[in-house]
Formats: sequence, C-alpha cells, structure tokens
Amino acid sequence: MAGSGTAALRRRDDILLTVEHLVVEFPVGRRGRVRAVSDVTFDVARGETLGLVGESGCGKSTTARAIVHAPPPTSGRVVFDGRDLGRLGAEELRRLRPEMQMIFQDPISSLNPRRRVVDIVREGLDIWGRTEGADERVAEILRDVGIDPETAGRRRPHEFSGGQCQRISIARALALEPKLLICDEPVSALDVSVQAQILNLLEDLKAAHHLTMLFIAHDLAVVKNVSDRVAVMYLGKLCEVGPADDLYARPAHPYTAALLEAVPEPDPDVPVSETALAGDLPSPLSPPSGCRFRTRCPRAEERCALEEPQLRPVLGDGDGAGTEHVVACHLPLVPAAEPAADDGADPAGAAPAA
Amino acid sequence: MTTTETEPAPTLLRVRDLRTTFDTPRGTVVAVDGVSLDVDRGETVGIVGESGSGKTVLSRSALGLVTARHATVTGSVRLEGEELVGRSPREMRRIWGVKAAMVFQDPMTALNATMRVGDQITESLRHHLDMGRREARATAVALLRSVGIPEPERRVRAYPHQLSGGMRQRVTIAIALACGPRLLVADEPTTALDVTIQKQILDLLDHQRRERAMGMVLITHDLGVVAGRTDRVAVMYAGRIVEHGPTRALFHERRHHYTDGLLRCIPRLSNPGHTRLQAVPGRPPDLVDLPPGCPFAPRCPAAQDRCREETPTLTDAGDGHQHACFFPVGTPEGEEALARNRRRDRTAEVAV
Ligand SMILES: Nc1ncnc2c1ncn2[C@@H]1O[C@H](COP(=O)(O)OP(=O)(O)OP(=O)(O)O)[C@@H](O)[C@H]1O
Ligand SMILES: Nc1ncnc2c1ncn2[C@@H]1O[C@H](COP(=O)(O)OP(=O)(O)O)[C@@H](O)[C@H]1O
Ligand code: SF4
Ligand code: SF4
Ligand SMILES: [Mg+2]
Ligand SMILES: [Mg+2]
Repeated sequence: MAGSGTAALRRRDDILLTVEHLVVEFPVGRRGRVRAVSDVTFDVARGETLGLVGESGCGKSTTARAIVHAPPPTSGRVVFDGRDLGRLGAEELRRLRPEMQMIFQDPISSLNPRRRVVDIVREGLDIWGRTEGADERVAEILRDVGIDPETAGRRRPHEFSGGQCQRISIARALALEPKLLICDEPVSALDVSVQAQILNLLEDLKAAHHLTMLFIAHDLAVVKNVSDRVAVMYLGKLCEVGPADDLYARPAHPYTAALLEAVPEPDPDVPVSETALAGDLPSPLSPPSGCRFRTRCPRAEERCALEEPQLRPVLGDGDGAGTEHVVACHLPLVPAAEPAADDGADPAGAAPAA
Repeated sequence: MTTTETEPAPTLLRVRDLRTTFDTPRGTVVAVDGVSLDVDRGETVGIVGESGSGKTVLSRSALGLVTARHATVTGSVRLEGEELVGRSPREMRRIWGVKAAMVFQDPMTALNATMRVGDQITESLRHHLDMGRREARATAVALLRSVGIPEPERRVRAYPHQLSGGMRQRVTIAIALACGPRLLVADEPTTALDVTIQKQILDLLDHQRRERAMGMVLITHDLGVVAGRTDRVAVMYAGRIVEHGPTRALFHERRHHYTDGLLRCIPRLSNPGHTRLQAVPGRPPDLVDLPPGCPFAPRCPAAQDRCREETPTLTDAGDGHQHACFFPVGTPEGEEALARNRRRDRTAEVAV
C-alpha cells in the first residue's frame, strides 16, 4: 500500500530540509519489527519554524533522530542543505553534525552533571577545533540565553532550575552556529511561567541567529506561538500539515480538531468541552487498518477501515487550492481536493516507498 | 458556644496557620509560611503556583505526610473536626486512604513496579476494609472499570510498566479511591501527561468527585487547568497564599500581580501566531532567609518602595476574595504604581 503521499512538499528553492518517505523500524521480540515512523514526508524552508505535534509515542522523537541520522532511518531520504544524508560517508556526516543541533525535553539530565556550565557550552567548540576566541564566544552565548557567565559559568547543572538548564542546553546547541535547531519538547517539563520565558527566548534567538527550527510538542497552543507551519502526527504518520494560521483557523483533520479541543481554556466562563478524545494511542505493533485514527475518530465510517487516506490539498477560502495546507482524511472537516490518482506531485522526484 | 442547637457538620478540611520548615545546612527553609485554607464536601479547590512555591509541601503537611527528621510542622489541620498535626505516622495510617487520599504527578513512582496493579488495589481494600480475597478482587475490577480502564479483568494482572502513562495515572486514581476517601488531593496529576490525556484525567477526577461527593484539592502550575474545574483557587508564592477567592472572581478581578503574571504567560489558541508571551521575569526566591517585604517584589511590574520594606498580609475585601498586595491589579493605586514604574523604566530592570 502506498504511504501518506508527498503532497506536503512545496516547490520552493529555499528549502533547507526535506524528509521523504521516512520510515523507522525497531526490532521487537525475536523476529518482529515495529514501525515507529511510517512514510513521513515534509519539508522546512530556510528561516521557517515547523511545529510537529502529536501524542506521546506517536513518533515525534524518532522522526527527529532519524533526521539527524542518529540512528539513520530504515528507509527514506533526508536532504539537508542540498545534501542527501544517506549518501554521505561517515566522516562527511560527522562534519555536518554542528549544522543540525538538538535540545531535549529533560533539560537537567541532558547536561553532564560533573562539568561546569562554561565547559558544557564550550565542549562542541573544542571538539570542532574552534578554540580561537572560544571563551568570548561562550560568554556571549550565555548572555544571549540569559545566564550570567561571570556568576553562573563556573557552577554545575544541579545548581540550576529546569528552566535555567534548558537555557544552558540552548546555549550549548547554539555555540556551534547550527543552521537547523531541533527542539524536542523543550518546554513540556517546565512550568507555564518558565515555558513562556523559553518560548520568547527561542523566538528571539531564531531571529538573531537566522535559525531554521523543528519544534516538537504535544500541545497545539504551545506550538502556535513559535510556528510558521504545523504538522500533526498520529501513530507514525502525518494527518495534516499547513501554514499555522490556516491550520488553526480551519483544522481539516478530526485529530487536529481533537487536539485543539483538549487545550484547557484559561477562562472560567468557557465551559470545559464535553467531548474528549477517548482512549490511548493504539500500539504501533498492530496499527488499525485503513486510517490509523479510525478507532478514536468520531467521524469514522466503513471506508475508513478499508482505505488509507492520502495527504491532499485543503481547498482555500475561495480561490481553490494553493494554501500549502494538506490533510489525510476521507471526511475532512473542511473541503479538500480530490486525491491525486498517482503520486505525481513530487518535486524532489523521489521514488515512492514500497 | 452553645450546644443546644444541633452543631453543623465540621468543615471537611480546615487548615489554620500551617507552617512547615526544613532545617538544612544552608539554613531554615520556610516552605509553607502560615497558610489557612478550607475545603468542603463536594467542592474543588485549586492551588496554583510555580515550581518551588510550596504546593506539594503544603498538601503533604496537611495530610501528615511530612515526616522527615529535619522537618517541623506547626499550626492546625482538622479533617472532619479531628486534629491531624502532631499525630504519629502510626495514627495517621487510619486516615490515609480511608479519609483522605492523594494522587501524585508521577504515577510510576507512586506505583510499586514489581507488583500487579490488581494486587496494589486489593492490598489496601483487604487491609482497611477487611475484605476477603474474592470480594477485593471483584472490587478492584469494578474500580478499574470506573476509572475508564478497558478490559479491567485482564488489566488487573498487568504490571505498571505494561501500561501507558495515562493508564498508570488511572490506576493510581483507582487506588486512591479504593477505600472511599472523603478528601482527594491531586498534586499535579496531569503535569507529566499529554494535553489529550490530561483532559481525560481531569474529566475523570471531576466525575468521581461528583459521584462520591468528595472534597478535592487540585494542585497545578497552570491556571488554565483550574479555570473550568474549581470552585475556588488559592495562588501560592514563596510558601504563602497571596490571593484566594472564588474562581470567577480570581480570574476576572485578579488583584495580585503574581496571579496576573501567571495568567498572562499562558499561550492561548486565540492569539495570532508568533504572539509574544508576557513572561513573568526571573524566578521565585530562595526560601532561606527571605528578606522582609513582598516576596514577589523583585519580579513585580508594580513594586514600590513600600513593597520592599513591609510585608503585605492576606486581607479580605469582604467578598471572600483575599489578596496580599499593596497596589492591587485593576485598582487606581495599582494602575498608578504600574504607570510610575513605566515612567522610571523600572520594568526593564527586572527583566531576566
Ligand atoms: N525535604 C525537604 N528538605 C528541604 N527542603 C525541602 C524539602 N521538601 C521541599 N523543600 C523545599 O520547599 C520548597 C517548596 O517545595 P514544594 O515541593 O512544595 O514546591 P511545589 O510548589 O510543589 O513545586 P513543584 O511545582 O516543583 O512541585 C522548595 O524550596 C523546596 O526546595
Ligand atoms: N529504541 C526503541 N526501540 C523500540 N521502540 C522504540 C524505540 N524508540 C521509540 N520506540 C517506539 O516508537 C514509537 C514512537 O516513539 P517516539 O518517537 O519516542 O514518540 P514521541 O516522541 O512522539 O513520544 C513508540 O511506540 C515507541 O515506543
Ligand atoms: S479518514 Fe475516517 S477515521 Fe480517519 S480521520 Fe478521516 S473520518 Fe476519521
Ligand atoms: S505591588 Fe507590591 S505588594 Fe503587590 S505584588 Fe507587587 S510587589 Fe507585591
Ligand atoms: Mg518524544
Ligand atoms: Mg510539587
């Protein structure tokens, strides 16, 4: 069966990252394999932030790791800055590492507890031989993230709060001047007050350092503040991808709508919504047939169990297509174009996965 | 007091001037500093504050769960009229689970990893309610069903690691409910969970509270979580309640600048993309040797000299809405204080 299609790819010449037909499998038991990421295709333009949203276990972190080829995907292509990572040798791939940096959910455990803050931030510079002016650079980047290098630089991670450790992780990632910053749930473990500080900081740094970002979260409200585009993921596949404003204004996939519904409204006059997405994410070991969301979808019909929906363009408000907003659902909440008969719209010219 | 009239049933939970300190090598940490709070039957009270504001220590102190050698708990906690402060853990065992129960943030640490979930429920049923094996097993299955666990007959045999995070939290709720407590304290029950599962768990807690007419305390760092789900909210900062009132009043007529800051920093779906969040700058203070004055002053956009010299106390405007602020939000004094700071550009000084 075909995957979810390549309709999320755009024809632009400022694309920094293209992910095509990405598949990641893990061995389970003696013979089995579980598909954690199942034919995912999207792109990120230079200077853009793509928010990647979905429930725990849907494959967000696995996608992020496959992008940086740590480890490489089971199949599919990752093209970064014009280079197909799968075709690079080990040394070439290694030299590319500084250009793609990651920060993680648990800021405290992702920092080496025995090292001082300045050394943590400096480590990458030393590894890559960028020792000239490194001390000054470390001090500057720490100041950029709101940590005073004079008073805090000699201290160790356990002396800092979660929010401060996340600032230090960000400083470490930015020290190498990456082109792409992948943030894997960077605020999920933080208080709302600290979350706001970190989200603002990322917005500022993105502008100052000309970053392109992949921002992973499980909460659509959090992603809205930082994203230009948003991709919604469910059980290893993309449900919907689109420009943030359009996706929030006109969610097309029932799962996107359910995620929006789940965000608590900080207003006592807004009644808590009566409907809740029932149950848990099914096991990726035996995903439902047809549409993977059908076991929790309020709109599911017979067809949803039989046929897998392909990503296709959501129709614009009046003009027809062209919003770069795509959905994979047989019964979308807003009108969508008829699914393409074949996978023709494939600007990168990749062969569809088996 | 006259005894001729029939006495009304005492308040379910009545906390007065509760103070919890820890002696540490750095000095005395005043984690809870003179907190008073009531919770009645059928009602949900929210406690909101940042990490380290004392929410957990407050709730654990109230239920006699702070037993460390270096800890001192003073004040009064009455559960259905019975004083709990000063009770030994041995005496408290009669209370825990039976009269009052807790649900914690991290279900994995609350559960015993080496024990089937069914046994963890039946253990408490057999111990407290003196149930036989078979009856306890049937009750455990019924409890798991009532907290929304599919195929409960099969799941009683599961170990915690075989369940998802949301399912585990449902199990800890089942355990908390097993002996029919009058009071349920949920300490950040959804902070480790996805928004979708958070909604399921909050709906479940609410449903159970109504069904069982329990009193509930819902602790969180997110005002969004308590907005639609509480009758009253207490906002905590540096071990004290700084604002407390009926939920609607607290949101619509908030008076403390900390409450205001916590509300403004929440990302909202109704904001356009790339809206800059109004973050509360800085961090909560160190609770060792807190200087005099309003503990929020170093982060407050309205702080005046008075705030750094005098400590505001919690006062009631007469409508059950209390606040501890000299220049309250939305009042002429408050507006003037903000404007004065803006003129002096004081707000820039407190930025992170
Ligand atoms: N056993 C202990 N010994 C010493 N200090 C403690 C102890 N337990 C808590 N504290 C201190 O008491 C203060 C309040 O902690 P508490 O855990 O109640 O905060 P909280 O509001 O629940 O925060 P969080 O959101 O992180 O759960 C903190 O400064 C903490 O470091
Ligand atoms: N190393 C691994 N071995 C086996 N399964 C894994 C491994 N890493 C992730 N998975 C599985 O892949 C799926 C996606 O996981 P993950 O990418 O971590 O999700 P998310 O980041 O969206 O929470 C889950 O079912 C998870 O259990
Ligand atoms: S394809 Fe069917 S089951 Fe899937 S999201 Fe659309 S309506 Fe629901
Ligand atoms: S105005 Fe003064 S008293 Fe009120 S919160 Fe600010 S610092 Fe505290
Ligand atoms: Mg993850
Ligand atoms: Mg706590």
